[in-house]
This record gives sequence, C-alpha cells and structure tokens, in this order.
Amino acid sequence: MGWFTRTKEKEEDKFKNLEGLWVKCPACRAIIYKKEVERCWKVCPKCDYHFPLSVEERIDLLADPGSFEEWDRELMPADPLKFVDSRPYVDRLRDAQAKTGRSEALVSGECRLAGNRIALGIFDFQFMGGSMGCVVGEKICRAIDRAIDFCIPYLLVTTSGGARMQEGTLSLMQMARTASALARLHEVGLPYVVVLTDPTFGGVTASVAMLGDVILAEPKALIGFAGPRVIEQTIKQRLPDGFQRAEFLLEHGMIDRIVPRKDLKTTLGVLLTYLTPSKAPIPS
Amino acid sequence: MTDSLDFEKPLRQLEERIARLVKSGSQKPSVQETIRKSKARLAELEAEIYGNLTPWQRTQLARHPQRPSMSDYVNALMTDFIELHGDRLFKDDQAILGGFALFAGRPVMVIGQEKGKTLKDRMRRNFGMPNPEGYRKALRLMKLAEKFHRPIITFIDTPGAYPGIEAEQRGQAEAIARNLMVMARLRVPTLAVITGEGGSGGALALAVSDRVIMLEHAIYSVISPEGCAAILWNDASKASEAASALKMTSFDLKELGLIDDIVLEPLGGAHRDMATMVTHLHHTLDKHLQELESLSPDELLSRREAKYRRMSVHAPSVSNRASTAN
Repeated sequence: MGWFTRTKEKEEDKFKNLEGLWVKCPACRAIIYKKEVERCWKVCPKCDYHFPLSVEERIDLLADPGSFEEWDRELMPADPLKFVDSRPYVDRLRDAQAKTGRSEALVSGECRLAGNRIALGIFDFQFMGGSMGCVVGEKICRAIDRAIDFCIPYLLVTTSGGARMQEGTLSLMQMARTASALARLHEVGLPYVVVLTDPTFGGVTASVAMLGDVILAEPKALIGFAGPRVIEQTIKQRLPDGFQRAEFLLEHGMIDRIVPRKDLKTTLGVLLTYLTPSKAPIPS
Repeated sequence: MTDSLDFEKPLRQLEERIARLVKSGSQKPSVQETIRKSKARLAELEAEIYGNLTPWQRTQLARHPQRPSMSDYVNALMTDFIELHGDRLFKDDQAILGGFALFAGRPVMVIGQEKGKTLKDRMRRNFGMPNPEGYRKALRLMKLAEKFHRPIITFIDTPGAYPGIEAEQRGQAEAIARNLMVMARLRVPTLAVITGEGGSGGALALAVSDRVIMLEHAIYSVISPEGCAAILWNDASKASEAASALKMTSFDLKELGLIDDIVLEPLGGAHRDMATMVTHLHHTLDKHLQELESLSPDELLSRREAKYRRMSVHAPSVSNRASTAN
C-alpha cells in the first residue's frame, strides 16, 4: 500500500531534478545525455535501468500512433468515508489531480497495438501511488465489459502500492469486483495480458495483476504482495538480494517472461496473435 | 477466568467487590443492600460500556484471546465434521481448516482460518495467518464442494495473509487473486461469516460470497488500524483514530452495503455467552442458506456478480453501462 510512495517519488525526483541536458542513472550513477535516455524509452544505455514511464509515454510506447481513445475520463473519485488522517482525503485527491492532470490513478481506453484492436488500462503511480479505489475498480470493470462487447483482448499495465486505504473496505472490494469481471472475460475466451512494472504491490498484485493468461514484467521491477518493510518487521531478518524483483518472480514460476522495454510492443504483438482465437467467441 | 480489556476494568472491579461481599456471607441488611445496589450499578455500567463501544474497543473485542474460533463454531453449530487436509501441491497449512459437516440436517463444506487456543496451538496455526498453500487448500475444497453441489460456509478470522519470504516465493498474491476469481463463479450457495478479524486480502480470499455476515463486534478492513496509522499518521499509536476513520465495524459496513447481515452478540461479546451466540448464528445461517438454496446456479452467479458490481462509490454515480452490466 502507500508505503512505497516515498521511496518511489525520490527516484522520480532524481530524474526530474536534472532538468538540464544530462541525467544521472540512479542504478549505475552514470551521467547520461538526456535525449539519449529518452530515445530508448527511458532506459539507461549503460546499465539497462528502466526509469519510470509516465502514462503518456507508456501509451506512446504501446499504442499505434494516434490510435488511443480514452474511456470513462469523466469518472471522479468520491470520499465515501469522509476520511481524514493527518490530512483530509479530499485534499490529497485534489493535490494528486493537480499534479497529474487526471482524475484518478488509472487511464483506460482502447487502441491498436501492432494492428490489434485492444482494451488498455495503465496505472499512474504519480496519482496517490497508483492505489486502487472505487474509480480504478470501476474503470477496470467497464473496460472488461467493453472488451467482451467488442470481442477484443484486455491489456493491463500495473504499477501500484495496492488498495487505497482512504476508501477503506470499499477499496478492498475492488479486488473482488475486478476479479469477478475477469472471470467473465476468461469464460468468454478472450485474452487478458498483464505487464507488471515497478512497483506493483498489495491488493493490486493480489487481484488483477496475477490473473493474466500471460503475465510479463519489466526487468528488475519490484513485485509482491507484502511490502519489503512489512516482511522485514515481521520476520526480523534482512531480505535476500533481489527479493521480489521480476527476476525472482520468474525464477519462482510466478510470471511468464521478463521483457525489456524496447521489445515490449513486439512481444505483445506476437502474443496477441497467438492468443486471439481464429473464430470470434460469442459473448454470453 | 476471562482476560479483561482496559475499558472493561471498571466492570471487573465492581464484580470483584460484589464477589467479596457475597463471599463474606454476611446477612446484615446493610451488606445485602450494598450487594443489591452494586449489582444494579454493574448492569447499568455494562449497558453503558457495551452500548457505546468505539471502533477501537470493538477491534479489541474482535481480537480477544477468548474469542470463539472457527473450531468452536463448527463444534457448536454442526455435527459429523470430517476434516480434509492439504493443497495437493506443497503442504497442509494449519492456519486454515476445512472439511465436510452437517449443518441443520444438510451436508455443507466448511472452511476457515483457525487462530488456535494455547500458545503452542497458536504457533502451529501461525496465529491464523495463512500461507499460499492455505488458500490453495481452501480453493481445492471449494471446487470439491462445487462438484458435489454442497453449499460452502466460510469462517473468517485472520490478521491477514502471512507476510513472509516463502509466502512471496510461493505466490501469496496469486493464491489470493485466484480464490477471488474462482469464488465469484462457484455454482453453489456461498456464505461467509466474519467472526473476528477480517484482515484485508487474507480475509477476502475466503469471503467473495453470496452472503457476507458479520458478528456484531467483528471488523473487516483493507488494512489493520495499526498499519494504517503507521503509514498515514506516521505514528502507530494513532490506531484508535485509524480504526474510526477506516469504517471497519459491522454497522458501518452494513450501511455502506458491503456486507449483508449482522449477528448480534451477547453483552460483552461472543466469548461471554457462547450458547446465546451460537443460537443467533445458527438462526441467521440457516435463514440465508434456505434463501440461497431456492436459487438456481445461474441465478446465484448473476446475483453475486451484480452485488459486487454495486460496491463502488464514485461520481457521476449513475451510469448507463453499470446498470446494464448484467
């Protein structure tokens, strides 16, 4: 859940703070010409570190040019619990909306990917740590409805700290309702592909992220159920190197492939041709 | 002897005073009068304290060491329980119990977390925190029940799914996610009872059900009040505030439409009067099961899906799509 926000924001700041021509790679500390990093989808040319991508950059990476159309942009979060911690939830929402220019932590829509028409969802970590509340859940459910209506695959790109605490048990229920919608998608035989990006945790991993027909991950992405700090506090031990990295998940059989960003679109294109049935399934 | 919670101290003190007076055997009218008055005061005080429990006090009751556990309820509500073990993949997780039993004359599958009683027992059961193999055992038993058309009753009482290295290695998240998806489509009646702590995904993984019922003092939350306080307040001692903010009591959740029914507890909590608790629970479970048994599998599924589909609060709240989803 939210505990990832802080460390992650620091990383993002490292990129932003060097507004000049050069960036420092947080992994290998190499000073790189910024244009060069941007040219290869924000991957460090020296050490292959994958900088975080914004939602817009992710759409540019995956969607055929000009093909993305957004769905459910008008859905706005409410404050069902009137939640106030050290700050009111409505203030946190307003800040997140101002910072990201969008209403919620998931962008949903349809596009063409290497010519295939698909439904696409992308989490925005900059919006309250990509946490899943009612609107994120609702957008995923509606996207699945449309995928079934249009007989198209669903692709979800995750990055999230987990369920949104400020919506309490309602946010927990988003795990149940998205999983329930995915059950229908699977029943009608449509493909569901997940791309896990850094970081994906908590209630998002324990629902939509782990239910793909095929699950891909970006190199070195941190992926897990419990956050590393919680685990360390529980077991009172240091965690092994590489714990909860994409490579660790691959080794333990939890994901299908690790795909470097430069190959992501090609790989997805190939997968979609294998997963799209030759005869269109009949929606129930 | 019952463990007493902080807010129950005034009651225990008064009880002890009454006990001392009674034990003295004095027949003096003044002593008898004091006993009578003290008893009246005790009843008043009980009504006052238990009638105005804060969410944090309810949390303490939900976690009470004497709170009846899954095995207590199975023994009291059902007969002929036969436990079935193992996930057929890795091991038998002792934090989850499951098996067939007879409930009000009908065979059911019963599954739930067991926190254990003695310290040794609690450690063996990992304090009711399942590992992935526990959720996979539960899944196997649910599919078994579906195959033989048996309703499924789950009892939920867990601080959460266990956060450990091996749990991550074996896919804690995958195990929970799969249970959610499979439970959404089980073609038999499903009833979930949250008896104590409904700890986040680790609780939900047994509770995607046609009817979700909470005992009055149970809690059901996306995160523990302590965890929430540590993250949002930067101060774990603000757990009491977090417990209120999270709206995690049975009454709050009923109002939000996230649970279907509440079973009232005897004064002071389930552990104070198990017989009354069991009578209430038996009645409620039987009522809901009878209603569900009259529905066809297709009806069960469409109602279950529609129920979860409604669990969202956003703006604009009215949508053509959502209302035509089914």
